[in-house]
Amino acid sequence: MKTSKKKVENEARRDFLKQSSVLSALVLSPGKAVKDPEWEEKVAAPFEKVSLKLEINGIKHNLTVEPRTTLLDLLREQLHLTGTKKGCDFGQCGACTVHSDGQRINSCLTLAVTEDGKKITTIEGISKGDDLHPMQEAFIKHDGFQCGYCTPGQIMSGIACIREGHADTEDEIREYMSGNICRCGAYPNIVDAIMEVKKGGQTV
Amino acid sequence: MKAFQYVRSTTAKSAIDALAKDPAAMFLAGGTNLVDLMKRGVTEPDKLIDISRLPYNKIEKESSGVRIGALALNSQVAEDKLILEKWPLLALALNAGASAQLRNKATVGGNMLQRTRCGYFYDTEMDCNKRQPGSGCGAKEGYNRMHAIFGTSEQCIAVHPSDMCIALAALDSTVIVQGPKGERKIPFADFHRLPGDHPEKDNTLEKGELITAVTLPDSPYAKNVHYLKVRDRTSYAFALVSVAAALELEGKTIKSARLAMGGVAHKPWRLLEAEKALVGQTISEATFQKAAEIAMHGAKGYAYNSFKLKMAPNSIVEALKIAAGLTS
Ligand SMILES: Cc1cc2nc3c(=O)[nH]c(=O)nc-3n(C[C@H](O)[C@H](O)[C@H](O)COP(=O)(O)OP(=O)(O)OC[C@H]3O[C@@H](n4cnc5c(N)ncnc54)[C@H](O)[C@@H]3O)c2cc1C
Ligand code: SF4
Ligand code: FES
Ligand code: FES
Repeated sequence: MKTSKKKVENEARRDFLKQSSVLSALVLSPGKAVKDPEWEEKVAAPFEKVSLKLEINGIKHNLTVEPRTTLLDLLREQLHLTGTKKGCDFGQCGACTVHSDGQRINSCLTLAVTEDGKKITTIEGISKGDDLHPMQEAFIKHDGFQCGYCTPGQIMSGIACIREGHADTEDEIREYMSGNICRCGAYPNIVDAIMEVKKGGQTV
Repeated sequence: MKAFQYVRSTTAKSAIDALAKDPAAMFLAGGTNLVDLMKRGVTEPDKLIDISRLPYNKIEKESSGVRIGALALNSQVAEDKLILEKWPLLALALNAGASAQLRNKATVGGNMLQRTRCGYFYDTEMDCNKRQPGSGCGAKEGYNRMHAIFGTSEQCIAVHPSDMCIALAALDSTVIVQGPKGERKIPFADFHRLPGDHPEKDNTLEKGELITAVTLPDSPYAKNVHYLKVRDRTSYAFALVSVAAALELEGKTIKSARLAMGGVAHKPWRLLEAEKALVGQTISEATFQKAAEIAMHGAKGYAYNSFKLKMAPNSIVEALKIAAGLTS
């Protein structure tokens, strides 16, 4: 579509933008942090790492990240919690689902720095030692997976689906689980697993 | 993703000041659209001003109507008791959008300002007047199946992708914004714009302005409402066509009606003439067909989206029938 000349111009423009952003970073040093009674007004330059407090699966972490690091990359690359999967990286598949203060979110579209102070739960954090979470048990019992790639996201989402009160019927489960894609098509078994946990009445 | 500066604002004033000072800065709310666009290099801000912790996340009853904070989450609004009781159309539209995970992050303000899903806009190798003014519109002569049938221009034929906004348009809401010059109220119909010669501008918000709330007036549309969303799969997909329908009935007579369509224009498409045609009529398929016919005046299809010329009126009739209780 685009002529090659245009493409060259476009690339030149990008290089310029990249350079200018580096320059402005040097000029706008992050020294002027303003104190706020509730929250500190944080200013971080582009490549400067920012400090970040997160409680992950019950353990408190003091971390430093670049502002552009997503929660998903922080979990996988920095903390080696690789249970949370990267499917699409664009909010389209749900493989990266984790809980933030108890709510399910897509960690791939969440910048880690915005979660400062929150409690994150990942698939690694739901069993009690060797005792699997009821949702994990139910997925095994009902064959809720084939390749298993989507499973951590499905399980985190399934737990939230019950907590939110949206697991009363199979149709409701299907609708409220639609943010989790399974390329193996294990959907009927996933619905069965969630239905069973819901009916079992355990706290999830 | 290009590196950027990060600031977390705790007051509207500091957020507005920070944006006013820096032409390449942007607000970050839930990030579900902006982070996506930044990963693809479609949007490349030098600085993000995190507004997600500003104290505008409440849903408050007012002497007449309700005030919804711009940072209220889509899931929070969709589950709110007052909204479900008095403005159920809004909850229906919200729940038809995105996924449960995304709605837990997406905010009301961010939803209004989400960019189009036109594939040419998303692909930085393609020509797109909205992304790069003057480069041309790839979609007009290209693959335009998802595109508009109303209010298009030579420059752009994209649609606004929001579901929530279709309900807000039907329910006569008002957008409250704060900027360097103070507070401003924008009727929802004037908030989003048609592409005209400036498709790069989606709306009438001015540089430095922050949305703080959206207000809805009291409405008689608590019962006979429906949000119909037609899409390629049953859930977690953008609308081909959607219809927000609300009827005020007295027996079988329509006292008043509200209708708006999504997936058909660069802005939520309110159907004022069709609404007028419904008033005083008896609910019936024929009445609704007449209204749908009126609604379609001026529609124009492109190579791959002409199916919408049939799908849209059929969807209007279906949504009205469900709202009226003629079918379920
Ligand atoms: C896979 C996928 C599927 C989706 N499906 C649907 C769907 O079916 N229907 C639908 O309606 N939506 C859908 N969405 C879009 C989703 O609803 C939006 O991404 C979301 O509403 C944006 O809100 P946010 O708070 O995350 O905004 P952000 O991404 O944080 O911001 C979006 C824009 O708004 C600006 N902004 C945010 N808040 C304010 C404010 N208060 N004042 C001024 N500027 C502000 C930001 O600067 C940015 O430009 C989908 C998204 C994804 C990723
Ligand atoms: S329709 Fe609009 S957004 Fe899509 S390519 Fe054309 S100008 Fe860009
Ligand atoms: S990896 Fe986050 S939704 Fe696909
Ligand atoms: S089990 Fe393979 S993707 Fe779901």
